[in-house]
Amino acid sequence: MSFPWAREYTPTNDFMKFMDEKLPLPRLVYNAVGAGYPVPRNLSYMWNFGVLAGFFLVVQIVTGVVLAMHYAANADVAFATTEHIMRDVNWGWLMRYAHANGASFFFIVVYLHIFRGFFYSSYKAPREMIWLLGVVLFLLMMATAFMGYVLPWGQMSFWGAKVITGLFGAIPVVGEPIQIWLLGGFAPDNAALNRFFSLHFLLPFVIAGVVILHIWALHIPGSSNPTGVEVKKESDTLPFHPYYTAKDGFGLGVVLIAFMAFVFFMPNALGHPDNYIEANSLSTPALIVPEWYFYPFYAILRAFTFDFILPAKLWGVLAMFSSILVWFILPWLDRSPVRSGHYRPMFRKFFWFGLIPCMAALFYLGGAHAEEPYIMLSQIATAYYFLHFLVILPIVSSIEKPEPLPFSITEAVLGEDEDAQLGASGPASA
Amino acid sequence: MADTTGTATADTVITDGEDGVRRRDFINIAAVGAAGVGGATVLLPLISQMAPSADVLAESSTEVDVSKIEAGQAIKAVFRKQPLFVKRLTAAEIAAANDVDVSSLRDPQSLEERTKEGHRDILVTMGVCTHLGCVPLGAAEGEVKGEFGGYFCPCHGSQFDTAARIRKGPAPTNLEVPVYEFTSETVITVG
Repeated sequence: MSFPWAREYTPTNDFMKFMDEKLPLPRLVYNAVGAGYPVPRNLSYMWNFGVLAGFFLVVQIVTGVVLAMHYAANADVAFATTEHIMRDVNWGWLMRYAHANGASFFFIVVYLHIFRGFFYSSYKAPREMIWLLGVVLFLLMMATAFMGYVLPWGQMSFWGAKVITGLFGAIPVVGEPIQIWLLGGFAPDNAALNRFFSLHFLLPFVIAGVVILHIWALHIPGSSNPTGVEVKKESDTLPFHPYYTAKDGFGLGVVLIAFMAFVFFMPNALGHPDNYIEANSLSTPALIVPEWYFYPFYAILRAFTFDFILPAKLWGVLAMFSSILVWFILPWLDRSPVRSGHYRPMFRKFFWFGLIPCMAALFYLGGAHAEEPYIMLSQIATAYYFLHFLVILPIVSSIEKPEPLPFSITEAVLGEDEDAQLGASGPASA
Repeated sequence: MADTTGTATADTVITDGEDGVRRRDFINIAAVGAAGVGGATVLLPLISQMAPSADVLAESSTEVDVSKIEAGQAIKAVFRKQPLFVKRLTAAEIAAANDVDVSSLRDPQSLEERTKEGHRDILVTMGVCTHLGCVPLGAAEGEVKGEFGGYFCPCHGSQFDTAARIRKGPAPTNLEVPVYEFTSETVITVG
């Protein structure tokens, strides 16, 4: 599952020869992230974020397992054990702050990873399955993050649990029984807290499993690249190690500096102070908002304020879920044969001046109070969001005239490719 | 022009020193070294978090009032979540303990070494057998005290004398005397 010129793993000593025969794990690593995986030579730093997302998954699992050693998922003591972690457990404050900010950083790098995919059409053939698995991963991440946020059993935990499970209450007829079933009660309490803890522990390992599928699917066609032109020959690629281990390592260093700045100097900047108040089922905080990474979807949820055939509440829920589910059909909505936004003049304009400002607005509006003008702006941004994916993208990709593509990655990098002059077939369908 | 094919050739490899050491070798070692030190540093909090937390350590000293203990009686207290035996020895028990040739013991200690000046009749030991951690009998009224009149561990039959020294059975050492002091004439602080 690689290019014919991929270097073959050759064990250098008897022990590695023994391993290679009995359990070829070193070979697997060599072919996955070693010199045996040829990667397009022109990857920009936008191609760092997959590795970074994997790194933060590891951070979350390691710090999470540690926190679970000191936390008790019981409504009577959950808040107290969280404070116990902060005050009594050796380095507990570091573990919890790394876990809380690690979640934010996981989402930051994943959002950049997704937007890289949007701009370079990483979802197009032959990489549809990688994209679909990625959307599954994002949904799993959202579920995991939501349930994790409930565990400290602060005010935002409690009301977040109540509001999000309330989404299911919008489903006609069966909604309320489903909500009660999800919570194991009529409001979030011990039963809900325990099952959320159990699932919050389980799901990261499900994510890790899907990540393996995601990477497996990636390694069949190989990585995409900024030109969108497929790899044709050896001079288009470099071995992953040392070239991209070094490049990813540098990116990791930069991101770690930012991560540590948050963990050590502003650990609560991305959280809500109300979550340091213990859960109280009789008092709702003045501003109920989710964590920042859910803001765009929360804005879409709240944008529906009027009944239209169906109740407004149901529209909001449907729109919120659809806003992510629409990514599942993205590979078939974008009909352009050209992948990279660099060669798609119309698409590029709608990306930078349409989708990006729209997402930025949704991020802002999701954290704002539910009052005018924010409601109206949310409605406009939500309308544009769906318009972009369901109308603009199919039309633009059908009518735009792409700019000429380079013959090969080699030509794009060096400015010339002798194979192009030799009359080899022109730019293959890219 | 940098290495354009991804393969190093004699033309593209730049050697800086006569010994063939390249700048890149230095950068490589420095980068991997820095990452290694950073990674090892991260292990420190990950390991340390499993050590006793501050609230556990805060419970690590116990006060016991010994004034109510009659001669020949013992009480059980709790020190670091483990049983603590505080016993007031009778004159006969003290004599029995002093009667033994210390050098003949498995874990040679005199009663004097195991008690405090001025309070030779107060014997403070952990109620934890030094064999495998069971609680020996002999502290409570009516319990078996063993052949040597001190404590008897029912798990594997270790016998302790009136100074709680191991005399017979598998336990390797005497019952541990924890660090303690008389903070007044009648109160001891353990730990």
